[in-house]
Parts: sequence; structure tokens; C-alpha cells
Amino acid sequence: MLGRMNKSYDCVIIGGGPAGMAAAMGAMDTGVSDILVVERDPEPGGILRQCIHSGFGLHYFKEELTGPEYAERFLEKMIDNDVDVVSNSYVSGISIDSDGSKQVRILHPKAGLSSIRCKSVVLAMGCRERTRGAIRIPGSRPAGVLSAGLAQKFVNMNGYLPGKKIAILGSGDIGLIMARRLVLEGCEVVGVFEMMPYSNGLTRNVVQCLDDFNIPLHLSTTVARVHGRDRVSHITVAPVDEKFNIIKEKAWDVDCDTLLLSVGLIPENELSEKIGVALDVITSGPRVSSSMETTMSGVFACGNVLHVHDLVDFVTEEALSAGRYAGEYARGTRRPADSIELVPGQNVRYCVPHTLSPEREHTVYMRATQRMQPCLLRVGNLLEKKLRFVVPAEMINLKIKPDLLDKFRGEHLTIDLIPLDDDKKMEA
Amino acid sequence: MYDVAIIGGGVVGCAIARELSKYQLSTVLIEKEAEVGFGTTKTNSGIIHAGHHSSLESLKGQLVVKGNEMFDELQKELGFGFRRCGEIVVARDEEDLKTLDELKELGEKKGVKGLELWDTDRLRREEPNLSISLTGALYAPTAGVINPYEFAFSLIECAQNNGIELLVENPVQSITSTDDGLVISTSQKKIKASFVLNCAGVFADDMAGLLGLSDFTIHPRKGEEYMLDKGLEGIVKHLIFPVPKGVSKGTLIIPTYDGTIMVGPTADEVEDKYNVSTTEEGAKKVFDFVSSMCPSIHPRSTIAEFAGLRAASNTGDFIIGTTDVNGFINVAGIQSPGLTASPAIALYVLNILGKQGLELIQKDEWDPYVTPPPRFAQLSPEERSQCCKENKDFGNVVCRCELVTEAEIQTAISHGARTLDGVKFRTRAGMGRCQGGFCSSRIMEALAEDQGKEFYEITKRGKASWIVCPEGKED
Repeated sequence: MLGRMNKSYDCVIIGGGPAGMAAAMGAMDTGVSDILVVERDPEPGGILRQCIHSGFGLHYFKEELTGPEYAERFLEKMIDNDVDVVSNSYVSGISIDSDGSKQVRILHPKAGLSSIRCKSVVLAMGCRERTRGAIRIPGSRPAGVLSAGLAQKFVNMNGYLPGKKIAILGSGDIGLIMARRLVLEGCEVVGVFEMMPYSNGLTRNVVQCLDDFNIPLHLSTTVARVHGRDRVSHITVAPVDEKFNIIKEKAWDVDCDTLLLSVGLIPENELSEKIGVALDVITSGPRVSSSMETTMSGVFACGNVLHVHDLVDFVTEEALSAGRYAGEYARGTRRPADSIELVPGQNVRYCVPHTLSPEREHTVYMRATQRMQPCLLRVGNLLEKKLRFVVPAEMINLKIKPDLLDKFRGEHLTIDLIPLDDDKKMEA
Repeated sequence: MYDVAIIGGGVVGCAIARELSKYQLSTVLIEKEAEVGFGTTKTNSGIIHAGHHSSLESLKGQLVVKGNEMFDELQKELGFGFRRCGEIVVARDEEDLKTLDELKELGEKKGVKGLELWDTDRLRREEPNLSISLTGALYAPTAGVINPYEFAFSLIECAQNNGIELLVENPVQSITSTDDGLVISTSQKKIKASFVLNCAGVFADDMAGLLGLSDFTIHPRKGEEYMLDKGLEGIVKHLIFPVPKGVSKGTLIIPTYDGTIMVGPTADEVEDKYNVSTTEEGAKKVFDFVSSMCPSIHPRSTIAEFAGLRAASNTGDFIIGTTDVNGFINVAGIQSPGLTASPAIALYVLNILGKQGLELIQKDEWDPYVTPPPRFAQLSPEERSQCCKENKDFGNVVCRCELVTEAEIQTAISHGARTLDGVKFRTRAGMGRCQGGFCSSRIMEALAEDQGKEFYEITKRGKASWIVCPEGKED
């Protein structure tokens, strides 16, 4: 029920975005009904609420939905199943009692500071955008430099445009979506500048949001300086060499009143760190077992807090699984510790989960370190699979079945992505 | 007709305003920006100097030690963030060690208390993360760190509570001298006063110029500062200064009041009085130098950067005193250590006003205190719980990165915040990791509601710093 909060629950889910809502459904699947979802915004739904474009649900629902529609499906299901949801609420800490039960400290406008007891916890806090400070753009600090996500909120939630003449640094998906959105709202988008030699967004977004609207994408190019006293007046952009150093001689000025930043997302793990959950330095998210359990017993994680996903559909899948394990845990089931450690090998940036168990089917999510077309995905000496096209911006999902691991006797299983030099053969 | 009009609401203007609020006078402070402290004050390094850096002969050398001594009481009365963390000047070779001896002697002559020379063993024990190549240090326990904008906000709030008038967004356009006082015309109104105090910072020479005075010039000297990630908190305990060489005190490592480590500033003379840009070269200079003192500081750790302008004058010293125009008093050239000296400057100016015939009669009642704004993030769980019981708005977190609640946002607004930056500098909302990505629109809504304005009318820091276009997308 919306707004209801009891003193104790089987399972408390921190975050009411797509990950948190799917985790609640996963927990319900195991027969647990006593669930609380804690949301910091005024309403659950997370960032989906401001993503009014379509393109969500193609994998999971096999139909194309907008962000709010996608969120609504889960929200309805939660309400139908009597899941409690509190909004405008902030989790300030989690402690673990000697009997293994958890105390979640929640700050709530009506209830004040409360401590909620529960058996298992799912971390589903999502991620935040990287800022100007983190990427160090010199120049002045006028109004008009903002993250693409904040611009999206201004346009879609508040009903205001962040400016009239927009430049975008970074080709993350939110930046690409906003390029199209702002053109449709009558703004001029003067260009998208990406420091890498490839786009950081999904190929479909480059095509549908930039190419279809004749918005130029400048690869290997970055913003060297911001100008303007009170408000952005123009920016200086410049190409970069292979070591990402700015080539000053080739710099040029671009007139604009707004600079949107879409330069990456960072899992929001301040709470996880505070409670002592071990993090992976590459993903900046918790280390998790094949049950999506963090290094703290009974604390699970899923969605963008675990690693940044490019499609919400995959968040849903992952969170359903995390929710099921959290539900099982609340009902007293304990899984044996995983026996196999996954090791990201050649050209693999990371793999999630970090360990596997030979007795179940697993989905392993991973990202490549570079663009490869085509390449060979190799899992130890157990499996080889040819992939047509791999880019860092698009996550790779791999199902690993128990029978495959049956034959495996080691402790470390390395996953490699090996570029193949046979473009012609593939095309033929 | 005012007795005194102060031009400029930086720390100096605000400190003078509070001092004058003790007396039966009518005083107005005229500020061109949307809020006080938005110029050099906001971009200051935030250091309360011990006082051993500037020479005994200079006015700044005389006022800095006195100013330093005044801060404990000011902090008690006004509640701004201030901590005497102490500073060390580190020597990098044998020659530097000699300079440390000289600095110690100079400091002692000026009455700087507690100066100590440290050998390398002591230095290593106190600051184990500094470079092992350093040869020694001079320790000054009375130096401290302060949130300079909080200092300015609390000074003006106290002054206003005691009857001083504040005009913001009133850039001065002309000043004329008449038989019965000076007339200041701003973009919005005409103000007549017997005395005009020129506290206009980098624009002080322009203000004097409006009256045809040209006895000094201001040469803004830009300082770039780099804020580092929370992960580096605690890497140094004291302010770390190199042995000074040239015009500035060098590039420092500053453990700010809020814990964040800040490195800088640079010192580059600029023409444009609005040039507060950071540069690639500046960053390189800062980090090359700082990493030689503390090797684990790396440019990758930067989370924010900014620059400010020191109002350095052609004389290199403070220029405080009367001018050829009757009633017009310069309080100019207030470069470092101006923040430290500011309360002493206020007393110095008061003395000049008295000598110039301004009748100074103390008020029967004067309230030195302002209630410091609540800081929910710094409270214990019990205190937080109590706050929530008293005011439900404490249960509503607006800025999740710095844990700032609705109650604090409302307090900031009721205490004078008018812009997004005004709220940010009073509450820290938007200063954290996401830099306002999540909370900006909510704070804008609160500001708009308070001021009876539209969402689009809320600015980052006044003037043309608009955040969203006036037309909604439905138009």
C-alpha cells in the first residue's frame, strides 16, 4: 500500500526505480508478501518517470513502451500484491543484529527517523550522472552547464527548456535522447562531441536520435573550454589525439547557450560503502555472488547500483532474480557458497556476478573494453561463441547452463573476448 | 539621507556593516550582485592566517594579527564554520630553512603566538603523507580554516537584525559630491549619505574613478582552486604552505572546514575583472607543485574547480583612508590576508569615521548573535530524531549527497538566500557528488514559491545567470 510503513518486514528494498520494483516482484514470486519499497522521490518509478520517449520493454514485454508506461506495469502489480511503498524517504543506514536480522534506518517526512527490522535487504539505489568537475573542463562557470538528466527533468517534468542553442558533450544514451527531445521542442542542437573514437550510446540511439535529425556527432573531439560570464556564451571544442590530449591548433569555437553533459553514469553506492559492502573497483558496484548477494549476508543488489545497464529490460531481469534470492533468504533458505570465481580476461572490462555456482543456470552480464567486429567469446575451455559485433556501450549477456559447469573442476573461470580478423567471411 | 553608505557586500563591507550596527546610525550596504559574498569572498581560499607572512611595516601586516585574534569570539556569536587547524610552512631545502627562521622571528615580533620549528622527524609524525624530501617546517597553531561565505552571510544577517539596510542587485552607476553629502545612483535608486565607504573589491578603483579620484589602481590577481574527492579527506591535518617566493604565499593544501581537501591558488594577473575562469595551465601548475609536497594528490581526484580574483592594488598594501572627496573613504586593495584582517579593518574604519566627525553613540541594545542554520548531516541520530519531531521538514531530504533537508532549505531562504548558489553556499545542497543534478529543480521550486516568482525566474546567481528559458515547452 502506498505510504504504509510497518515496524518489520521480510524484505526491504531500497530504491523504487525499475530495479527496486522488479526486485519486489521477484520476492513476491517466492511467496514472501511482507515487503517494503523505500523511494526517495515523491513517487516510485525512478528515472523512468522522466523518460517519456518510447523504446522500453522490447526485450521483456516484447512491445515498445514509454518509461512511465513501463514503470506503471510494475507499480500496479506491486499495489495489487499489497507491497508497501514509502516515498520522499531516505535510508540513512543499515545495521545487522546478532541474529542476522537487519535494521534499516529510514528518514520520512511524516514518521521522522524510524528503524525498520527485516530479514533481507535489496540495494537498488540506481546511479547518478558524472559531473563537470569529474571530467575537468576549464573555463568559466556560468549557468547553462548541466547534466543531460537534469535537462530531461526540466523539460519533461517541469515543462521548461534548459536553453535554446544546445551543445552536448558525451554521447551517452541520455545525451542522445535529449538531443532528439530538444530538437522536437524547437531548440537548435549544434552538435554532440565525444572524446572516444566511438559513441558511448546504443547504436539505435545514434541512428534514431542524431542521424535522423541531422545532428552532427563529432568523434574524438572534446570541449576544451567553457565561455560566458553569467550564462554560457560559447564553448571551444578541439579534437584529441590517441592519448586523449587536446590538439589545440585544431580547436574551434561553437556558439551555444547551453552545454549538456552525458559523460557517464556512476552507481550510487554511498550507502553500500557505509554499511561495509565490498565494491568492485571497475563497476563501482558491490561484488555479488550468483545469488546477487553482496559480501554481507542477506544484503542483495541489482540494477544500476550494481553496474550501469544500457537497457531497463536487463535491469528488470537481473532485479527479478535478486528479488527471488532475497525472498528465499527471508524464508530461511541459504544457498551454499559459490565455488567458481569469474575472471574478466582479454578485452573484458568486467563480469557480473563475480562468482558462479555449478548447480544453477546463470546470466552473466559483461562489457567489452573495445569495439570488435566480429569476435570470439570464450568461457575458459568450456564454451566458444562467435559474436558479430561488440562495443563497450552495449552490454553482453551470456546464459551459462549447469551442464556446462558440470565438467568444470577449477576455481577460476576466465572469460575472454578475442577479436577475429575475418570480416569478409562474416559478410559472406 | 544615510549616515553611512557601504559600497560592496564582501566580507569587508559586511564586517563594517555589523560594526556600524552597534551605533545609532542609519547605514545602508549597496551590493551589485544578487547576494552578499558573491564576489571575491565566495572564491576565497578560506584561510585565517596566523599573521607571520606579511611585514610589520605594512598596514595588512598590522591588521592581520589583530583580525586573527577576533575570530573565536566572532565564531561564538555568528556560528559560521571555523576551525583553528594550524598551519605549517614546509621547507624544501637548506635555504628554505633559513627563511623559516626569519619567518619565525618576524612572526614573534608581530605577536604571533605558539610558533614552533619542526625537524623532519616531527614533521613526519604530524603529517606522514607529505613528501619525505621536505627538510623541516614552521608550525603556527593559530591559523585556521573558515567557510568565508558563511562568515559574510552571518555578518550581514547580524547587521540587518540590528537595523542595517541591505540593497542587492544595485550596481552603482555614479557618485556625486554635493554640499550636504554624497549621492550614489544605482541602477534602481538614488542614495544620499554623509559618508561613503568604498569596499568594492576589484572594482574599488572604478568606484573612486566615478568621483574623479585616481590615486590607486586595482590589478586583479586570479587564483584557481581545485576541490578534491572525499576519499582524500584527512590526508593532511594542517594547512600546508610552501616557503613563500614572489608575490603570493604560494600554492597550498587546504583541509577546508567541511573536510574536503582543496589545493591552490594560482596567482596570475588578469585584465578582465570578470575573468574567473580556470585553465589547463593553472591546473597543471597547481598539481605539479602540490604533488611535490604531497605525492598522493593527483589531478584525477578533482571534483570541482573555481577561480577568484584578489583585489590587489598598485601599492601592494591595503588602501584604507580618506580621499580628496569629503566623506568618501577608501577601503580598497584588500587582498590576502584581507579575510583574516576584515574584522580589524572594520574597527580601523570605525576609528577613521570617528575622527572624521561621525558621531558614534552606542545603541542601548545590540544583539551580537545570529542563530546558526541547522546542519542535519552533522547531528547524532538522537538529535536528528528530535529535529524531526519538532519540524517534519527535517524528515524530507532534498540533497541526498550532502544530506540536506527541506527544513534547512527553508531556513536558508528565510535567512536571505535568493538564488540557487545562495542556497548552495548556505546549506551545501548541490555541493556534493552529483553537483545538483538531483536537487536543483526542487530548490528552484522552493525559491520560486518563497519569492512569488515563476520557476524560470530563479537564477543560479542573479543577473543573466538564468537556468531555464522563460517559455515553457507548451507555449
